[in-house]
Amino acid sequence: MARLFDIRILTIAGSLLCLILGLAFPWSKTPIIVGLCFGIATLGVAAMVRAGQVSFGHAMYACIAGYTVAFLARAWPQLDGLLLILAGVGASLFAGAIVGVFVVRYRGIFFGMLNLAISMVLYSVIGKFYAITGGTDGLRINRPTLLGIEFERAGFETVLLVGTLLAAIGLGILVQRYFQSASGEALAGIKTNETRLEYLGLSARRVLWDGYLFSAGLVGLSGALFALVQGLVTPDIGSWLRSGEFVFIAILGGSGHAIGAFLGAAVFELVKLFAAAYMTGIWQMLLGITLIVVILVAPEGIVGLLMKKSALATPRRKSPWGTRREENKWTP
Amino acid sequence: MDALIRTEGLSLSFGGVVAADNIDFRLDVGERLAVIGQNGAGKTTFINICTGFLKPTRGRVWFDGKDVTGMEPRHIVRFGLGRSFQLPQLFLDHTVRQCLEISAAARQGRLSFFKPLAQSVNRREIEHTLELVSLRERGSELASSLPEGQRKLLDVAMALMLNPKLLIMDEPTSGVASEDKHDLMATLMRALDERKVTSWFVEHDVDIVSRYATRVAAWIAGKVAADGPPAEVLASAAVRREILGTA
Ligand SMILES: Nc1ncnc2c1ncn2[C@@H]1O[C@H](COP(=O)(O)OP(=O)(O)OP(=O)(O)O)[C@@H](O)[C@H]1O
Ligand SMILES: [Mg+2]
Repeated sequence: MARLFDIRILTIAGSLLCLILGLAFPWSKTPIIVGLCFGIATLGVAAMVRAGQVSFGHAMYACIAGYTVAFLARAWPQLDGLLLILAGVGASLFAGAIVGVFVVRYRGIFFGMLNLAISMVLYSVIGKFYAITGGTDGLRINRPTLLGIEFERAGFETVLLVGTLLAAIGLGILVQRYFQSASGEALAGIKTNETRLEYLGLSARRVLWDGYLFSAGLVGLSGALFALVQGLVTPDIGSWLRSGEFVFIAILGGSGHAIGAFLGAAVFELVKLFAAAYMTGIWQMLLGITLIVVILVAPEGIVGLLMKKSALATPRRKSPWGTRREENKWTP
Repeated sequence: MDALIRTEGLSLSFGGVVAADNIDFRLDVGERLAVIGQNGAGKTTFINICTGFLKPTRGRVWFDGKDVTGMEPRHIVRFGLGRSFQLPQLFLDHTVRQCLEISAAARQGRLSFFKPLAQSVNRREIEHTLELVSLRERGSELASSLPEGQRKLLDVAMALMLNPKLLIMDEPTSGVASEDKHDLMATLMRALDERKVTSWFVEHDVDIVSRYATRVAAWIAGKVAADGPPAEVLASAAVRREILGTA
């Protein structure tokens, strides 16, 4: 029986499409890289979703990484792009490790709002300290070398496109492995039964902290790449709207499989591009309608729908978001 | 005999309800204790205190020689205490097999980040345990699809997977059809003997108590009212009057 949904074929087809489009229409390189960045960030947010937690502040890690890249690139223009990215990811991991210690004590709405609150503080601090951060104008980043080679704008974008694509595929595989590892399954156990986790000798907070660190690093990487491709960081990279978009994409794509993050990001970017071209001003409405349709017909997101349609059908989980309506009878 | 678990003056009240009233208790290695008592007598509360889920207002608990008073359940569990619940505590979004796999992985201490769960545990052991609680056919189904009786079994199996020194089971046979109760207990006890696990189970069915326990403790209003060999405790006046209602 032919599979409707084979992740490998889908990944290869999607990657080729990105490359062909990017090379055939140079203007599309930036939106494709941005879309991939959104996908990478959403991988991180989806990890939290598997634990039943929704963060409305994760863009702060993109912000931390993005500004780290900008500060370093301005202080040492000779630094290589790859080093800048690593430094950005390192900074977001460091911040995630510290913030994580606090936020993993909370669940549900408190977890979501605490992340939001921290990201808002960061956002306004960056907006206020004009002398250092350039305020709302942000900071320009001159094109760095990549692996020691200097590129023209077009070449730089092509290398970034290929690099981001490879990173996206690699991270997708890595995150999927994490989801299916002992640690990743325990993370999903936080959603259903922390009492049992404790009685297995595990610390639910520690399990969530591990996942949180993962997610901070992923969002951080997306932020570093985003800053480089734009050649600019502004506080908007860490705004609560951006955090909301990650959550939006996570719902849209579904967190049943890592590829959901990229499917969601692709639909998100396409709707935005389409609306920008043909229906200026109402792209939020289009996105809103898309989300409503998804929640109604595919509460497990695009990936859930595809998996259900395909012969892959392993026993289905309920929607990673918990029950849509108030069907949650079960209490420990 | 070494005391596996011991309490001294353990007390806890909820508002006006005295759920644990100055309890001195000990359980030795190799015993099979049945705890009986009316609803609300404090059987579950005592388990909750001993396993760290509730903190006592007074008194101390020692497990395997270590003072564990006030410790978190996960630390006490690491000393070798397994527990199943009156209301099964499962990972309802995971399959039956995955529930056991997570248990087995947890026992090893460090959870791997990249090795698939199924490959980081001993497959044979998982299948054997599934077989033991007659859940092999349902191994690939979601835990949430199980009926109550089988949820209880899975709950016990998850605790058993930890290879504990002591297994506390809170009403393992409630929700199990009465004609299956004896089979279930016989199987569980065989498994526990095989692994040399000391056990303590809460049970309302006198038949089962007298058949499988080596010792019975009767709880009345937060106190251990009678404690000793099954025949003796079940025949005592207070137990007959207050718990069995046969006096
Ligand atoms: N968390 C709690 N908060 C308030 N009261 C509680 C709590 N847990 C137990 N109680 C009360 O403490 C008393 C003992 O309850 P417990 O659950 O220990 O009884 P039990 O012997 O296990 O009964 P059952 O046979 O019904 O399981 C009851 O009166 C109960 O209402
Ligand atoms: Mg009880």
